[in-house]
Amino acid sequence: MSTETIEKSLVAKPAEPILSKRRKKLITDPLIDDNPVTVQVLGICSALAVTTQMQPTLVMAISVIFVVALSNFAISLMRNTIPSRVRIIVQLAVVATLVTIVSEILKAFAYDMYKELSVFIGLIITNCIVMGRLEAFAMGNKPYDSMLDGLGSALGYSWIILTVAFFRELWGSGSVFGVPVFEYVSSLFGPDFKLATNGLMVTPVGAFIILGLIVWVQRTKTGYAEH
Amino acid sequence: MELFSLGIRSIFIDNMIFAYFMGMCSFLAVSKKVSTAVGLGAAVVFVLGVTVPFNWILNEFVLKEGALTWISASMATIDLSFLRFIMFIAIIAGIVQLVEMVVEKFSPALYGQLGIFLPLIAVNCAILGGCLFMAQRDYTLAESAVFGFGSGFGFMLAIVLLAAIRERLKYSMVPNGLKGLGITMLLTGLMGIAFMSFMGIDL
Repeated sequence: MSTETIEKSLVAKPAEPILSKRRKKLITDPLIDDNPVTVQVLGICSALAVTTQMQPTLVMAISVIFVVALSNFAISLMRNTIPSRVRIIVQLAVVATLVTIVSEILKAFAYDMYKELSVFIGLIITNCIVMGRLEAFAMGNKPYDSMLDGLGSALGYSWIILTVAFFRELWGSGSVFGVPVFEYVSSLFGPDFKLATNGLMVTPVGAFIILGLIVWVQRTKTGYAEH
Repeated sequence: MELFSLGIRSIFIDNMIFAYFMGMCSFLAVSKKVSTAVGLGAAVVFVLGVTVPFNWILNEFVLKEGALTWISASMATIDLSFLRFIMFIAIIAGIVQLVEMVVEKFSPALYGQLGIFLPLIAVNCAILGGCLFMAQRDYTLAESAVFGFGSGFGFMLAIVLLAAIRERLKYSMVPNGLKGLGITMLLTGLMGIAFMSFMGIDL
């Protein structure tokens, strides 16, 4: 082959744009239609426990985005060299390393948050979304695509847990991000008026019921039904 | 007596599912039939009961601050606790692999039934969660064994109860969007309210 034909073949196949339509779909699909929590039933494990307040939930969401995107990227880079029999252990080692990084960063810069989230940061390792995306996508796709896919899934997960946290904090403690909304609203209606908070929302029961209702609303809208 | 009350507490009051949401994925996915639920529950009891004390030994003699003094006194200041996640998960994955081989050898029927969920026990939050709680709460070896088995039984109890309800649920009219995950979440919430009645008990 002459150098001319090589050059031609390089020109003939233009590189895919950084955010082509297909790649955008990788991010937007898991947000609604293929949401990891409400449709694929993944990753409910470690996250619901932190959703009593908005702030720890936000930290949790950011940590999960970081871990899922980077672990997808890293595993995808190694996908052709991992023997399939030991792949679970290799994946766990990569994920555990990333989670350790998150945990150490939190310990150094946000110690109160680290104390509040306690074991649940560690439990990102066993978050089914991480392993699910590694198995289903990163083992068979290119690094950049895998990273986008991880990002999309983690974002889909994040908005669900942030919504759950919003309602739980609002109804359970009467505030949003620690701002006492209920107190302010009550004061508008005179001194004798008081909006009551529901203690059940702070307990795990509240999380189950709110997530159940979100799933109901979301599935009715998309028309997805399980049999 | 202390150990007994810890066991009761980890089964009913600090139930893995209803108090900490751990192991929700397999809890939701494998609770369609009572027989599979019993099989998975038994596997979780065993794995938790073995890994928690095992990880206790690892934590006590390798990872904790000053744990390496049994090698030489000069190592008293070494703190390897940042390696906790990766070491715990490695032990768990190893033991799960072992359980998988044992089950495959002695009970192929159960192996076929549990199928994909057996390797998934390695990534079951309940197992890693149990180990992390053990490290956080400074249990002794006996306590961690009781805590491991107790949490396992709590998980098994919850998943078998839910499977029994879901078998009945097949014959009821559930709105389309609520079928599957939605109704199961609501059911779990109601079961959680029932389990909250244990909270008042002071052990």
